[in-house]
Amino acid sequence: MRLEYLIRRLFGIIPILLITWTIVFGAMHMVPGDPVQLLLGGSPASPAAIEAERHRLGLDRPVPVQYVDFLRRALTGDFGDSFATRQPVTTMIASQIGYTLSLAGGGLLVGVLFGTLLGVLAGLRPNGWIDTALMTLALAGLSLPSFWIGMVLIYVFGTRLGWVPIIGTGPQALILPSITVGLFLAGGLARLIRASIIEVMSQDYIRTARAKGLSPVLVVARHVARNAVIPPLTLLGVQFAVLIGGAVVTEQVFARPGIGAMLVNAVLTKDYPLVQGIVVLTTAAYIAINLLIDLLYGLIDPRISRT
Amino acid sequence: MSAVVVAPREASRFAKLFASPGAVAGMAVLLVMVAGAILAPLVVPFDWNETRVCARLAHPSAQNLFGCDLYGRDIFSRVLYGGRYTLSVGIATVAISLVLGGLFGTIIGYAGGRADAFGSRAIDVMLGFPPIILAILVVAVLGVGLWNAALAVGIAGVPRFARVVRGAALSLAAREFIEGAHAIGAGRVRVVRRHLLPNLAPTLIVLASLDLGNAVLFTATLSFLGLGAQPPAPEWGAMLNAGREYMRYAPWTMLFPGGALFLAVLAVNLVGDRLSQVLDPRQRGRL
Repeated sequence: MRLEYLIRRLFGIIPILLITWTIVFGAMHMVPGDPVQLLLGGSPASPAAIEAERHRLGLDRPVPVQYVDFLRRALTGDFGDSFATRQPVTTMIASQIGYTLSLAGGGLLVGVLFGTLLGVLAGLRPNGWIDTALMTLALAGLSLPSFWIGMVLIYVFGTRLGWVPIIGTGPQALILPSITVGLFLAGGLARLIRASIIEVMSQDYIRTARAKGLSPVLVVARHVARNAVIPPLTLLGVQFAVLIGGAVVTEQVFARPGIGAMLVNAVLTKDYPLVQGIVVLTTAAYIAINLLIDLLYGLIDPRISRT
Repeated sequence: MSAVVVAPREASRFAKLFASPGAVAGMAVLLVMVAGAILAPLVVPFDWNETRVCARLAHPSAQNLFGCDLYGRDIFSRVLYGGRYTLSVGIATVAISLVLGGLFGTIIGYAGGRADAFGSRAIDVMLGFPPIILAILVVAVLGVGLWNAALAVGIAGVPRFARVVRGAALSLAAREFIEGAHAIGAGRVRVVRRHLLPNLAPTLIVLASLDLGNAVLFTATLSFLGLGAQPPAPEWGAMLNAGREYMRYAPWTMLFPGGALFLAVLAVNLVGDRLSQVLDPRQRGRL
């Protein structure tokens, strides 16, 4: 991969990050209600106390000054203190991110495993009854409300059968949440992988490989698999958004700690510094992951980085 | 006359749409649900908000097909009424994404040049937000509520619609019949209205039908999180949120509203999937 391409891509994300953070800053300033009143929790306070608090938070400064300060501090990972707990937002996020990452990892594992299995089985024999059945299954996965299937899993495997703990944060308690997050992902991946395999199978080089007498197993292992993996891989970045969405919902359903649960709670309690911090960090992670996957794609398929 | 490039053999396409058992089943489910939602006042045995029409958390029975919730409300009546929210919210969110995203995409794709470069960057920025984060941010600004949640979901869909429509408009704008329209003196607005939009229609229909299920699911998710519809509204996501507390003792409080949501979304997706196969030119050869 050319260094020039890498540098250009890295610089390319700067304006996007800047504008997303500006939107977050603007949104938080458009929110109705006085943050100081929210911070003081509605308890009666003297005007002097309110003014002092406003000064302490820097909210008495002009908006452009606050904006520059926000960007400067966001770069160093400082998002101020939570209204609710008075702890630094960064500390709060750091204490919860591990739970969300392990859930996302578990979901990704379930999704890739089932998605690949379904997609490959359907793609190798397209348009037969197996294909139709598997693709209906994949569509069902995409149609399942994750909060509902999470509750059904809790009820069946936790309450009725008692196979897995339904509360806690240990590895066993991660099984059902991972399935809940993974099912939607599996549905989408299965469809992508199927389409990708059908596309590759229709290429001339596959016909050539067959014509020279390569066994079907070797054709798939050597030629189909390598080429068919690229399109689903490039869309894995988009799937990261699915994982975030899945985590937000699943943490609520299973009463698990994590970033998603914290974000929803922060919105409901109007804890805006916390909302701001979480949104800025997740968008940054999302953009970074998409860039990483683009670069990886360039590594696998050198044609991309030459354009 | 508008220049429709792809000669539509509407009748045969319509027949193809129903050549798939999945699409037929989906359409049947949708018809029942739409009829149920519209005719709810005539069909339901109890008022959706009438409490103590049955014992608290009563089992499903002949009188209360889906059982009763914590306040002794009939869940069957509530689920049937809930279809109204799902229907109207689904249509509203997709309409927002479609109109805003479609218009934006058409304009920048048709205008080209700097407008396109700038507009495409704007789409990239919007896509920099994971949709759920963008929707939660919009709800944080507008406040909690069903219609704010629907607006949030609609807005979160705008960049996806805009990107696809921009691509389609860009390739259409380079076609000869557009040049021809310009040559005979058609104004820009006329070209967009009479020539571009009719030819973009299949793309728009496919996009909308594929997005509808997702939008319904997404809005119900926000309601489940407490950011959308509020109790006592019989919205399915909000009902599940309420049923969460006592599902150990009364699983039917969450089983039926969630099952209705799943069925509705699956039905929409089955029809949308088939519709996209029938209308998408790249897929047409495969039918």
